[in-house]
Amino acid sequence: MAEVLVVVEHSGGAVKKLTLELLTLARTLGEPAAVVFGAPGSAAALTGRLGEYGAAKIYAVESDELTGYLVAPKATVLASLIGDVAPAAVLLGSTQEGKEIAGRLAVKLDNGLLTDVSDLAADGTATQVVFAGSTIVRSKVSRGLPLATLRPNSVAPVPAPVTPAVSPVEVPLSDADKLVKVVDRVVEQKGSRPELTEASVVVSGGRGLGSAENFKLVEELADLLGGAVGASRAATDSGFYPHQFQVGQTGKTVSPQLYVALGISGAIQHRAGMQTSKTIVAVNKDAEAPIFELADFGVVGDLFKVVPQAAEEIRKRA
Amino acid sequence: MNIVVLVKQVPDSGAERELRSDDQTIDRSSANNVLNEMDEYAVEEALKLQEALGGEVTVLTMGPEQAGEAIRKALQMGPDKAVHVLDGALHGSCAVATSKVLAAALRTLNPDLVLAGAESTDGRVQVMPHMIAERLGIAALTGARKLTVDGGTLTVERQTEEGYEVVTAATPAIVSVWDTINEPRYPSLKGIMAAKKKPVQTLSLADLGISPDEVGFAGSTSTVVESTKRPPRQAGTKVTDSGDGGVQLVEFLATERFV
Ligand SMILES: Cc1cc2nc3c(=O)[nH]c(=O)nc-3n(C[C@H](O)[C@H](O)[C@H](O)COP(=O)(O)OP(=O)(O)OC[C@H]3O[C@@H](n4cnc5c(N)ncnc54)[C@H](O)[C@@H]3O)c2cc1C
Ligand SMILES: Nc1ncnc2c1ncn2[C@@H]1O[C@H](COP(=O)(O)O)[C@@H](O)[C@H]1O
Repeated sequence: MAEVLVVVEHSGGAVKKLTLELLTLARTLGEPAAVVFGAPGSAAALTGRLGEYGAAKIYAVESDELTGYLVAPKATVLASLIGDVAPAAVLLGSTQEGKEIAGRLAVKLDNGLLTDVSDLAADGTATQVVFAGSTIVRSKVSRGLPLATLRPNSVAPVPAPVTPAVSPVEVPLSDADKLVKVVDRVVEQKGSRPELTEASVVVSGGRGLGSAENFKLVEELADLLGGAVGASRAATDSGFYPHQFQVGQTGKTVSPQLYVALGISGAIQHRAGMQTSKTIVAVNKDAEAPIFELADFGVVGDLFKVVPQAAEEIRKRA
Repeated sequence: MNIVVLVKQVPDSGAERELRSDDQTIDRSSANNVLNEMDEYAVEEALKLQEALGGEVTVLTMGPEQAGEAIRKALQMGPDKAVHVLDGALHGSCAVATSKVLAAALRTLNPDLVLAGAESTDGRVQVMPHMIAERLGIAALTGARKLTVDGGTLTVERQTEEGYEVVTAATPAIVSVWDTINEPRYPSLKGIMAAKKKPVQTLSLADLGISPDEVGFAGSTSTVVESTKRPPRQAGTKVTDSGDGGVQLVEFLATERFV
């Protein structure tokens, strides 16, 4: 069976959930082979987890130099690996980095690229949900091998344990790979909440919260539900909450089991980032707010009354 | 410093958008077309750099005749001139082909810096800046929330999942920007009038030395097999709070096993 290359995303010695989704999808297309980029020793820490989700092979691309530059070297290494192993498909996460590596790879190989796919069938047909969730497109690479980036939360990760064979890959970097140097990486206080794009529950606040201070209400409900906190653009633009938590067209796309929208009107650009959530709940004082058109359960009311009461009720039941 | 800003016309993301049933390309006749919002931030950043460092700002787009509207819109903000790559054979081009055309046009302009939006709201693929950089062999610093220029050295601060990172490169380079980088200016009346007289050069594929079969449907590396409208989500229960809205909300969450 031909290999399916999966580019691994990891941080702090842990494999990201999206990578487990990629491995699960890869198994339907061929034999999953995980490609780990990182400093020496990175792959060893991840082998157990990658094997648990079916990575029969692990290509360890390890070098201290590699991490000092933006994506270009990774695309170079992948292009050469693809030449060597002739994989059935190449899968990456639909994250900024995943898309950037894939874009470079597409140009290097003169190969088609399918981004933000939610599924890839064995015959190479990809499913993409576009235009704020209103349209489903099926598309195919017509030149080269299936090269796709997968949207987070599109596939449920299912374990299929194997013992991976680890093969180190040499990294010959050219000058063209070293044009962009990373001079500083700052990890900001992350806290204990799950990552927004990976969370199974997301509680988001909008302009209706009125202030940064009031976002505590959103955080409180998120913590009670074990979820991540999100925000509308109006909320991030007003400085109520940091930009990296913005959900929507120009923010993150989330697809949790439960999405709670508090004081959010439900503009089409917001919906673009949360439409595919399994269950949607909204609190808004305007009965005509468009968010109610897609809410499975909506409360028309003042969030400053409804949310504290809900929090209290959850505590009571706990 | 000579700067080229990449701008694109996209259907308004706030309105209904559709694919054409005949060839599965974006239906521009029914959509309200606008300048890609993120590109306004790229134009603004170019103008700020021009104010500080001098040089020329050129707007570059590849798109059909009507993309000229997006060029005008961008020129109204203040750039000096524009280049429009316009050719019937371009219709249906995939990202790989588009990057080939834009890279060829950039070679003729030979800028010190290329600015782009971090993504276009129609495709939201975020790949164009890296594809172009790959072709031109120049640096790509993407997703900037802050850009500093010191002689020929560019420093960019970019948001990451974990926090942010600071990256640096020498010009020539391409930088793509997020909407957190600045506040785009509104065109002044003077700017609107002046834009009408600004030169817009049209380039064809022949001008760029690209053959028609390398682009459009003929040269595309991917194809849309079919598209279907997704049934809209059905609205569920809506209750009006009369004192127990929070409790009712939790009851719903409990039936769905979230609490
Ligand atoms: C190109 C483009 C991209 C965009 N990208 C995004 C994006 O990624 N994400 C995004 O979110 N937006 C995006 N937007 C903006 C989007 O169009 C909306 O402006 C934005 O989503 C509105 O945010 P909001 O719902 O918080 O604010 P508003 O629309 O102002 O809604 C606030 C809501 O709160 C309710 N409210 C107020 N007080 C209370 C209270 N006490 N109790 C209960 N309810 C209350 C009000 O009834 C109202 O419905 C984009 C726009 C453009 C043009
Ligand atoms: N046809 C085009 N003409 C000019 N610039 C473009 C075109 N397509 C994309 N771009 C630029 O590339 C950026 C990222 O686009 P995308 O990769 O499509 O998300 C956009 O914000 C534009 O600055």
